Amino acid sequence: MATKNLPMREALRQALLEEMRRDERVFVMGEEVGQWQGTHRVTRGFIEEFGEKRVRDTPISEMVIGGAAVGAAMAGLRPVAEFMTINFAFLALDALINHAAKIHYMFDGMFKVPAVFRAATGWGDQATATHSHMPEPIFAHFPGMYVGSPSNSADAYGMLKASIRDENPVLFTESIGLYGRPGPMPEDESGDYVLPIGKGNVVQEGTDVSIFTYARGVEWAKQAARTLSKDGVSVEIVDLRWLRPLDTDIIFESFKKTNRAVIVEESLPMYSFGSELAAQIQENCFDYMDAPIKRVSAADVPLPYSKYLELMALPDEDKVVSAVKEII
Amino acid sequence: MARLNKETLVDWYRQMVLTREFEETCYQLYTEKRITGVYLHLYSGQEALGTGAIGNMEIGKDHIITAYRDHGIGLMLGMDPKVLMAEMMGRVDGSSGGKGGSMHLASRKLNFWGGYAIVGGHLPLAAGIGLEAQYNETGAFVVSFVGDGASNNGYFHESLNLAGVWDLPVIWIIVNNGFGMGTATDRAAGNVNLHERALSYGIKDMGRVDGQDVMAVYEKVNEAAQHVWSGKGSVLIEAITYRYRGHGVSDKQYDTAFAEELAEWKENKDPIVLFRRHLEDKYKDISGELDDIHEKQKEIVAEAVEFAENSPFPDTEEQLYANVYVE
Ligand SMILES: Cc1ncc(C[n+]2csc(CCOP(=O)(O)OP(=O)(O)O)c2C)c(N)n1
Repeated sequence: MATKNLPMREALRQALLEEMRRDERVFVMGEEVGQWQGTHRVTRGFIEEFGEKRVRDTPISEMVIGGAAVGAAMAGLRPVAEFMTINFAFLALDALINHAAKIHYMFDGMFKVPAVFRAATGWGDQATATHSHMPEPIFAHFPGMYVGSPSNSADAYGMLKASIRDENPVLFTESIGLYGRPGPMPEDESGDYVLPIGKGNVVQEGTDVSIFTYARGVEWAKQAARTLSKDGVSVEIVDLRWLRPLDTDIIFESFKKTNRAVIVEESLPMYSFGSELAAQIQENCFDYMDAPIKRVSAADVPLPYSKYLELMALPDEDKVVSAVKEII
Repeated sequence: MARLNKETLVDWYRQMVLTREFEETCYQLYTEKRITGVYLHLYSGQEALGTGAIGNMEIGKDHIITAYRDHGIGLMLGMDPKVLMAEMMGRVDGSSGGKGGSMHLASRKLNFWGGYAIVGGHLPLAAGIGLEAQYNETGAFVVSFVGDGASNNGYFHESLNLAGVWDLPVIWIIVNNGFGMGTATDRAAGNVNLHERALSYGIKDMGRVDGQDVMAVYEKVNEAAQHVWSGKGSVLIEAITYRYRGHGVSDKQYDTAFAEELAEWKENKDPIVLFRRHLEDKYKDISGELDDIHEKQKEIVAEAVEFAENSPFPDTEEQLYANVYVE
């Protein structure tokens, strides 16, 4: 039986819809999620099906969107709170970092916070400095909250289901650039296709170099791998899916095979996904290293508006190809 | 109000017409992809607010700050339309060398502290700018525009409360255009009389003003300025207005949904039409002069477009990394 193809936004919508049908405690809240069907159309049709009780439009008040989700989750509901974009989640940093991530530990297990915080992430399209971030590493810095971001429709579906069903808080980000991208859905149509939290995925096997990445980086890695294969370079691509928990097993296993790594991320270079992975690899696989680890990231600047400057600042396929060529 | 001679009023008319012309041209350029990017929020329909408020300012001394719907503010203050259009297109001759774009216009010289894109994010900045005026006893005040949507987030509460505690010389003007994106004010605010919030901060509640009537806005802000000058601290005004071009120009769904309401505002409450009627009642034979203004502004905007399109794009590493820090 051929699998369905759906754009990532529809895969997310499907997952959320099914989880809301399955579990009465699940509800969504956020700016324009109801009456306006969600800025990114992930909650299209929800208010019609579930009504205003379970599909809640909020004022432009991220602090309380984040904080109220924490409280509702502590008290027994299963909130899926939406930040229109991750940039606005900065207004809720305290609720996410000081409360969502810490409450279970701080009260020694007395309270749990099974909330999901969804947010569109990534940059491009001249959104300018304050609207151009891919800041998952900031959130992943803190123990107590999971952080994940899918690269394709099937993963989006399975990862979001896992997030909603988990007992821990999850920051779940969705690349704006991937929402419209069609991709195959899982063959398992039981409604229980749930990808385990913290497990990465080998997207493509190879022998010469490993590219470690997540979200939109997978696309650049695939394009780069195609180009590099013409020069006879065999690239392995690992999609980590989760920044926390981080699947170090899959990283080490891949690296021990290829002995070379390029880490690709859409985010900024300092104190980042790339720096974390590079540190973990050298600590744990030093004897297997044949070359320095390379990182491809955005330029270390607040993102400019002007279109050519913006393109210069962002990672792309060519930058991945060059990084690989430097170490093989 | 001695300043309100014919010359002043005609200049206000010019500002408003220039802004409308500029905005509608931006709309056109955006549809032709000559202005690119996701965001473009137009000021069309709200011209009386900017002009009426700025009419009270001593430009270069008093301060002004706003959100991303900022083109009109720049133009009304007297920024060069060429420079603004170049910024809109991300060119080197733009007000921020193309780094800021449509949502982040500013002029250091004019004490225009910028347009800001995080809802409510500029409000504490307004408080801080007011603090400088108070600290250095400059006698200046700050005009801070606030979206109705923005008035619901924490920045608003903390900023107005601080202004109340410290008696900061800030005039907060809530631009109540009925919506934050598609969400109507009454779906987002527990009390829709937004001006009444002043009471909880101990600042003066100046009630509402018809934001389509430039004379009324001028007078209201004038009263506010008197209050601030007398050392009594901050005030809150709620101006009722409407936006003609949806939230941003890419958000067509809102225009469609509220088409009837929008048509009603355009038909009966257009700030430029209303002001023209006022001027024609007041000064006989002014019609020709006003017509000329329209023609002239078209030319000015066309020249701005030409200038901007001939200005180069920044595209060097040096430009990319310049000004991350003060060197
Ligand atoms: C903190 C934050 N949340 C959400 C957004 C997305 N957003 C941009 S403008 C806007 C509506 C703001 O409405 P309002 O303050 O009334 O200003 P108006 O657009 O009507 O001028 C929203 C929700 C944002 N930019 N910042």
